[in-house]
Amino acid sequence: MENGFVVRTVDLVKKYRMGRHELAALKGVTLDFAKGEFSGIVGPSGSGKTTLLNIIGSLDAPTSGSAVVLGARIETLSPRKAAELRSRHIGFIFQTFNLLPVYTAFENVEFPLLLLGMSAPERRERVMDALKWVGLEDRAGSRPTQLSGGESQRVAIARAVVKQPEIVLADEPTANLDAENSRHILDTMVRLNRELGTTFIFSTHDEKVIRYLRRRIVLVDGAVAEDKPQEPAA
Amino acid sequence: MTALRLAIRNLRGAGIRTWLNAFSLSLAFVAIIFGQGLLQGMNKQAEDASVEFAFGGGQFWHVAYDPYDPLTLENAHAPMPAEVEALVEAGRAVPILIIQGSIYSEGRMLPVLIKGILPGQKVLALPTPALADTGAELPVLVGARMAKSTGLAVGDYVTVQWRDAEGAFDARDGRVVQLLETSVMGIDVGQVWVPLDRLQRMAGMPGAVTLVTVAKGEHHLPAVSGWVFRSPGYLLSDLRQMVQSKTVGQSIMFLVLFLLAMLAMFDTQVLSIFRRRREIGMLVALGMTRSQVIAMFTLEGALHGVLAAFLGTIYGAPLFIYLSANGFSIPGGDTWGFAIGERIYPTYTAGLVLGTTLLVLIVATIVSWLPTRRIAKLKPTDALSGRGL
Repeated sequence: MENGFVVRTVDLVKKYRMGRHELAALKGVTLDFAKGEFSGIVGPSGSGKTTLLNIIGSLDAPTSGSAVVLGARIETLSPRKAAELRSRHIGFIFQTFNLLPVYTAFENVEFPLLLLGMSAPERRERVMDALKWVGLEDRAGSRPTQLSGGESQRVAIARAVVKQPEIVLADEPTANLDAENSRHILDTMVRLNRELGTTFIFSTHDEKVIRYLRRRIVLVDGAVAEDKPQEPAA
Repeated sequence: MTALRLAIRNLRGAGIRTWLNAFSLSLAFVAIIFGQGLLQGMNKQAEDASVEFAFGGGQFWHVAYDPYDPLTLENAHAPMPAEVEALVEAGRAVPILIIQGSIYSEGRMLPVLIKGILPGQKVLALPTPALADTGAELPVLVGARMAKSTGLAVGDYVTVQWRDAEGAFDARDGRVVQLLETSVMGIDVGQVWVPLDRLQRMAGMPGAVTLVTVAKGEHHLPAVSGWVFRSPGYLLSDLRQMVQSKTVGQSIMFLVLFLLAMLAMFDTQVLSIFRRRREIGMLVALGMTRSQVIAMFTLEGALHGVLAAFLGTIYGAPLFIYLSANGFSIPGGDTWGFAIGERIYPTYTAGLVLGTTLLVLIVATIVSWLPTRRIAKLKPTDALSGRGL
């Protein structure tokens, strides 16, 4: 860890080439995230939220600057090391759930544990615990097509936390959910954050999510416009 | 191991789609084995018949004998070599004299080879006992195809003309005593069979023979001066070349069938990768390396091959067992140019089945792997948003 921070970005720049033009998605972002934070990167579409989350999640590399996640320098990480970092220490939750369609809820949640080479009995116990956490233990055998949007996102949360990662990155996790389901999802994540000490970093422009955050980072045009703690609603 | 486990899980999860893909691949797989078994069966049948009716365990040829040059027949005869006489006496070899001649049938003159053979021989599966000399008339054995083309039937008289050792033409009426039913055209079309001693007398060549056919399985044959031993392999080489030429044509058809099946598999895999871009992105996000994802997709394709082999075994094995036991009739069997008989009995050897299975599996794996190379170029962030490729 970098001076007690699970994530530290320094002067992070990410540029994309669009034909003959270059588009800067991040323009020198410097941020620290401490263990157990429940924070969110807030901003309108195109402000660079997802890009920042992707770099922290080692799915993308910065054009310049540095991102250190759990002591690993993302910009110099080999694909194998990046995969290892993701498989052991980072959980992802996406707006579109991204459940594996041919797997049951149980198998979707079990997937990260398979990659870790865990034994079958241990996997079973952990998966059922995770499904219990999100209140879906009775839907373990259901396929994604048999689940509602809220249930699908809860399975995605269970999948993200089943390996008990240090960091969960949630990209617009409530964008496809109604108010009731959003509240349920956020309550679950707050509970996981409190009880497991998992660091949650959101990317969102949803007011319902923003109210739950304990730290709000506003990103405008790829730069940090505001970064301050706040009293969460829950 | 993880990739294999996930590939199996994916195939299981895809349910009926997996089985449909496997079934379509199994059709090509079964068709290839069926066709190759058919050719192998035809080949074996033709070789067996040729050995049984014509070649036995090989032949001693007079050194001047060339079956492709009828003009050599005039000099291609000599008294039977002493070295093989014991074999003939033991019933393990049969001498044959061949001379040129003609028959007159239905007012037409047809050039033929007149072949003299011992009526009591048991080396070749020819109905030569029918040639047992009755003394007065010349008994003649003709093949069924020959009889059909000349309009001859059992009991018919046919004029046989030849030129003897002195060059004088002679002729005699012979009576067709039996028709020779064989699939081997080489001993049927364009020839008549008569008793050996009668032919030797008629041609003025006492004791002369053109070739000596030894029984199948006869080993330790002596070297005979002035005679050349032709092994069954040598004698069958023409037939094998003919079968080979037929096989090439058939193989092209199977290759096209095989390529179509592989193309379908390639397309399915390309489509699958395109359709599953988000999933690929998610797999990478969950901690799989690209090489693991590539291995998983490749194994999914390869496992389709395994399932195809399994399905093919379920419906192909009973079919092949039935066909190899009962055979099936081939219309126009005569038109193939070699001995295949009226019923074909396909031969499905372990080598054929295992070889084809292995070929399908290897090619299926390669065909599955080729499109997955695109995954290596796919950025996970693009894949997650359904872009890329």
